[in-house]
Amino acid sequence: MAKLPTWADLVLVPLISLLLAAVISALVILAIGGDPVEAVTVMVDGALGSPYGWGYTLYYTTSFIFTGLAVTVAYHAGQFNIGGEGQAQLGGLGVALVCLALPWPHWSIALLAASVGAALFGAAWAAIPAWLQAKRGSHIVITTIMFNYIGAALIVYMLVEVLRPIGQMDPASARFPVGAKLPNFGEIPGLSLIFSNKVPANVSFFVAIAACFAVWALLWRTRLGYEIRAFGKSESAAVYAGISPTKVIMLSMLISGGLAGLMAINNVMGESERLVQNASEGAGFIGIAVALMGRNHPFGVFLAALLFGFLYQGGAEMGLWTTIPIELRLLVQGLVILFTGALDTMVRMMLTPFFRTARGAA
Amino acid sequence: MTLGKDTGRQATAAPSNMQAGVPAIELRGISKAFGPVQANKDISIRVMPGTIHGIIGENGAGKSTLMSILYGFYRADAGEIFINGRPTTITDSQAAIRAGIGMVFQHFKLVQNFTVLENVILGAEEGALLRPSLAKARKTLAHLAEEYELEVDPEAVIEALSVGHQQRVEILKALYRQADILILDEPTGVLTPDEADHLFRILRGLKAQGKTIILITHKLREIMEITDRVSVMRRGEMVATVTTSETSPEALAELMVGRKVLLHVPKATAQPGATVLDVENLRVTDGAGVARLKGVSLKIRAGEILGIAGVAGNGQSELLEVLGGFAPGKIEGRVSLSGQDLVLSGPGATGETRRAAGIAHVPEDRHHLGLILDFAAWENIAFGYHGAPDYQANALFMDNDAIIRDTEGKMARFDVRPPNPQLPAKSFSGGNQQKIVLAREIERNPVLLLVGQPTRGVDIGAIEFIHRRIVELRDAGAAILLVSVELEEILSLSDRIAVMFDGQIMGERLPDQTNERELGLLMAGVATEAGAA
Repeated sequence: MAKLPTWADLVLVPLISLLLAAVISALVILAIGGDPVEAVTVMVDGALGSPYGWGYTLYYTTSFIFTGLAVTVAYHAGQFNIGGEGQAQLGGLGVALVCLALPWPHWSIALLAASVGAALFGAAWAAIPAWLQAKRGSHIVITTIMFNYIGAALIVYMLVEVLRPIGQMDPASARFPVGAKLPNFGEIPGLSLIFSNKVPANVSFFVAIAACFAVWALLWRTRLGYEIRAFGKSESAAVYAGISPTKVIMLSMLISGGLAGLMAINNVMGESERLVQNASEGAGFIGIAVALMGRNHPFGVFLAALLFGFLYQGGAEMGLWTTIPIELRLLVQGLVILFTGALDTMVRMMLTPFFRTARGAA
Repeated sequence: MTLGKDTGRQATAAPSNMQAGVPAIELRGISKAFGPVQANKDISIRVMPGTIHGIIGENGAGKSTLMSILYGFYRADAGEIFINGRPTTITDSQAAIRAGIGMVFQHFKLVQNFTVLENVILGAEEGALLRPSLAKARKTLAHLAEEYELEVDPEAVIEALSVGHQQRVEILKALYRQADILILDEPTGVLTPDEADHLFRILRGLKAQGKTIILITHKLREIMEITDRVSVMRRGEMVATVTTSETSPEALAELMVGRKVLLHVPKATAQPGATVLDVENLRVTDGAGVARLKGVSLKIRAGEILGIAGVAGNGQSELLEVLGGFAPGKIEGRVSLSGQDLVLSGPGATGETRRAAGIAHVPEDRHHLGLILDFAAWENIAFGYHGAPDYQANALFMDNDAIIRDTEGKMARFDVRPPNPQLPAKSFSGGNQQKIVLAREIERNPVLLLVGQPTRGVDIGAIEFIHRRIVELRDAGAAILLVSVELEEILSLSDRIAVMFDGQIMGERLPDQTNERELGLLMAGVATEAGAA
């Protein structure tokens, strides 16, 4: 297949994919008797039209950045980590254990400790599939997806049997101490002029942005990143160059799991302030779409996470304020994933003739 | 002989001056540009039916583009195609097949886990049920096998076949689709000398049956051996079309490169020093329990090139792998480098520890081992040496700028074209890719250089350059282990020649006291009297 110019590949293809997803979503909304224009208005207005909407959109964005980066790091090592969901849930357990351990004097210290806890637990949950892949050749796609279920079951056990305060009915941990409460956008000087303190977006958004830079530097500026990318491109060549497959698979998956686990500082520590069942709400899976759409580059991941944050929040608003059922949010997300992730080759093929004639005429 | 730039065009202007009848293929004024690169410039060529026509040129001369236009992969910007005298528009490969053109690609397009028969009918099935198609194909195949020496077991699964047999399947595919014109792109690149000979017998048989064959190659010997006429391409232009019997390899080489080329690099007599590499009774048993090396012993001294001749698959690859730090299986024996024993298996045997010991390795397969094709040239220059102190900015980060600067220098010294460190390795020609690998491995002044198939898929101008660099490294005092399936290369570069067959060294010879015939016998496992080692 002929190559498209870089700008078309990076900008035009995703835009057209999105447009196609939007058109089909509109057709479905029309078919069930809704008004697509109203749907778009409500979505845009609800997600981006007010500081309140932005507060939610950026909250979701934060989670998706972490899980998207997790998929990205593993992808560059040639590993398809679809266990982000389980790793994020385990990250939540790490956060809960850290936050409940001490009456934290200040949120910043708590954040640091909780980040370490989240990353360690997430990494540990990725470590077993990684080891099985490196040493036993067990396919990482299979093992990571199975670990999602084991992780969910483990969390339920921990909530019911260990973390649930005596006398409490619902399977959740105790509320975290006040010292572990992360400032949300309404409580951060400067941002508080725009946001109310009701929004869930919190300081972990900035941790997510820092993680984007860190992942970029790791992959393209460090020796380990070089080894990860080399191994991901060609395993045999990597061995020739003296790169240890075991080391790359283990480290890349530990970092990937750690990033997925880090998501918990946003949803568990920043928002719910206690550990509940299924806290990650599928963000681990959304991370796959985010990484695909973001072309496995941290900047792309950031933009894609923003888009999915918008879809998440906008979709919720649509379900709330229109007669269109909230389930349609899933349809729109599904279509976006389908077009940007799975069908972008099709879009590229559609575009190729235009560029070919353009070049021929030149 | 005629060497005029316009020979091709003259032929067009004066038809039937050579053979009676209409050309099987005639291209008139074909041009094709990719962006600013003019891959084909006003190319005209006529190929008479029942002849073997060679197209020769360096990598990047535009041979493959021209054939891709003929096979419908690209559309020409300008020009016309005539098949058997009729103007023909070839929009895709289906149209090419309908026009009677069959193509055998350098990299085979076979389904690895299908049988020969299934591959042959793939895309040419007649109807929804496979059984009648298979039965018909089986009959046709038996007939073709008999007629053209194209024997292949129709029920064999492709992955179980040797490369030579896989190629026969490709030819059978084309013939099954009733191709009258067969295009072969670098067909011998992957074949042993024996298999290549067999291929040439097949091609002569096809020619005798009136098929027209276009042979794309950069190997002068093949052109001289089998073609009737040969067209030379250089930088997108057809510089000459000549009758093979009226030209010489030297003249063709000069036409290809545009300057005089030395087919043999002159070198002084070796001044060997102390023993650098000492291999004793090396045995390798692969994962399937097959013995790949059965007790190999050899020594290489400083300032000496030991050439290993042999048909591919007789243990040369495993020898290079063990020395280069791979573990191709269970390894026994002793290997020492300048008196220090090398760790042969386990965590101490990696490419990293080998490089630290002063062993550089130009691997046989540069696409799968030596380079990361998607990586930029500068990233490939660091490949394997990415931990080198001069490539680190500090404890945390690599110094990409330093690597890029180093790459610029290496590209200039090794004449890598284009000298752009940011270009991915895959966009360089084979010769330039190999120069990138060589620059990386040679410039660290290794004690021992392992070099496998240094000029495989490399154009003729670059071969001379690569050979010179290897000899220079020898003269600087390095020990060099050269593995090549090209006997000519072994004979012209080596100071001593060891022949491998079935995992063993059959014997050692001095290049000036042996010849291709004797080496060929040793390569086939026939010990000659002098070789009773």
